[in-house]
Amino acid sequence: MKTSGFKLFRIRGGVHPEGRKHATCDIPIRELGLSGLLRIPLQQHIGAPAEPAVRRGDYVLKGQLLAHSQGMISAPVHAPTSGYIKAIGKYPAPHPSGLPVRTITLEPDGEERWIDLNPQAEPFNLDPDEIAARVAAAGIVGMGGATFPSAVKFNLRKRYKLHTLVINGAECEPYLTCDDRLMREHADEIIDGIRIAMHGLQVKRALVAIENNKPQAQTAMRDAARDFPEITIVPVPVRYPMGSEKHLVQTLTGKETPARALTADIGIVVHNGATVRAVQQAIRFGRPLISRVVTVSGGAVANPANLLAPIGTPVSALLDACGGLREEPARLLSGGPMMGQPLPGTQAPIVKGTSGILALTQMEVASKPAMPCIRCGSCVTVCPCGLLPLEMAARARIGDLQGAADFGLTDCVSCGSCSYVCPAHIPLVQYFNYAKGALTEQQRAKHKQEETKRLAAARNERMERQAAAKREAMAKRKAEMAAQKSQEKAQENTAEAEA
Amino acid sequence: MIAAITSLSLLGVILGALLGLAARYLKVEGNPLVGEIEAMMPGSQCGQCGYPGCSPAAAALAAGEAPVTLCPPGGQSLALALADKLGVTVDVSGMVDKAPMIAYVKEDLCIGCTRCFKRCPTDAILGGPKQIHAVISDACTGCEKCVEACPTECVEMRPIPVTLQNWHWPKPAIAA
Repeated sequence: MKTSGFKLFRIRGGVHPEGRKHATCDIPIRELGLSGLLRIPLQQHIGAPAEPAVRRGDYVLKGQLLAHSQGMISAPVHAPTSGYIKAIGKYPAPHPSGLPVRTITLEPDGEERWIDLNPQAEPFNLDPDEIAARVAAAGIVGMGGATFPSAVKFNLRKRYKLHTLVINGAECEPYLTCDDRLMREHADEIIDGIRIAMHGLQVKRALVAIENNKPQAQTAMRDAARDFPEITIVPVPVRYPMGSEKHLVQTLTGKETPARALTADIGIVVHNGATVRAVQQAIRFGRPLISRVVTVSGGAVANPANLLAPIGTPVSALLDACGGLREEPARLLSGGPMMGQPLPGTQAPIVKGTSGILALTQMEVASKPAMPCIRCGSCVTVCPCGLLPLEMAARARIGDLQGAADFGLTDCVSCGSCSYVCPAHIPLVQYFNYAKGALTEQQRAKHKQEETKRLAAARNERMERQAAAKREAMAKRKAEMAAQKSQEKAQENTAEAEA
Repeated sequence: MIAAITSLSLLGVILGALLGLAARYLKVEGNPLVGEIEAMMPGSQCGQCGYPGCSPAAAALAAGEAPVTLCPPGGQSLALALADKLGVTVDVSGMVDKAPMIAYVKEDLCIGCTRCFKRCPTDAILGGPKQIHAVISDACTGCEKCVEACPTECVEMRPIPVTLQNWHWPKPAIAA
């Protein structure tokens, strides 16, 4: 292992799962052509779903806007190729729930005709705000899997004093090699993207963290960054979850991000390597994010590989391109084996955040029935966030969500290290995912209750005002009537007197 | 002896005056428990408990006239919280928490009579005379008042649809 002069800091806990990257790490990225219909979900990011900008039957060019972003935290969606819009409807999402989401179905015409692009040969003359705007317009989201709209991170510059850009090339999940291959094959583009991102964020320093199990990627990146002293390639030790942004920042700087805060609070913005490459493509060539590299691996896949696939390609097409399945997989995952989420089926499309498609065999899954907790404390030792998984799980199990939250549930990053080491095979991280969801639901219910009270009070106030207005009008009319009557009487009296 | 009588009487008069002043200036308006309980109630004034609103229901609870299980929208969690607050024991096993429902207007049956939105305690129904009405689902509390008011039976209670925004993982099945 190469060592560098860069001082690293130790992080708490973590595990060393078997890498299993050898199946794909030495095979060049292969471009996957078009394969039938593309289904492009309008929600491929955290935040509000995009709103369609095309109609059924429209002809669209490659890179044309299909759906606008909605609101502050959202991202637009573009056509991965030229063709006709077949439908705008609901289609099962590549999400463990398999719930239907709004999806645009595109029938490629095979011509791959690009829309007129807006390339920028001199990105360093652009205003930083313009870079953020172009990143937003290109629909770029965090490609490590979290799919947070990247433009929002670029705009953090206005609210925080930033000094460092960290590029996350740790790729600590087993099996996945898409970032590794990208750094080996497109190091120049990534370095260019880093320089553009540094300009966009107005920071003077960039650190590229790459785990020591990727020596070729480290070399390629170091070669590409030779002329740029502001960019440092930092080899980091192999440990899961090194790729968690808060832990990576702590490894590099020794500073711990405060609980429930952003790394921007300590002046650092983290982007994934693939994301900055997408930024480079968007700024230099005007190309929106319409394809990505996906690792297709796992024991059940005949010929594992890294594929450059258009967004919206069905998982089945990726598996077919890798020689199909050798056996029925015990588990089909999107993402890595530690934090990946099960896919509802092979018809689900790949999206901007799909870093891997894993078809794991029964042997690899090795699931065993859960046994009672023996309070060995293994989970406490490995928890990178310094939490007590056994205590949180015990509370989540009996439905005591507040109790779990008091033990720091909201600081858990769901890395799964605790489940990985648990000798009793307790589904710890699964309990936390459930409890986090249920807690959010409770908060939503509480918010709704407050809102209900406000609405009911506003209505009561209005009703009273209306009733008062009515009473007033009534009284006024009565007074008028009385006045009229007395007038009539007076007239009668005078008439009588005259008679 | 006179000194003793005088001093004791004086003491009595002064303390009595102090108590009288305290009763006047430190007076508590109503039972504070009522306010605390009302803050815990859903506050939609739906009337499903049989009381005209959440505030009378809270007063009845504080007086011990109503069971803590009275509020259907609050469900088991509210019953438990109320029992904890009032120091009573409660058996919630008989309470069935209905999945949260919201009203839905069937547009082909709506005649635009405006009766439903006049009854809605949270102004969650939008419409006008001879206009098709619609429900603002975020504001609807599922109190079913509009269902009773509708002359054409076009209001229906439907469960809140599960979307990617509100879906979450179920609790892992507990192995034996």
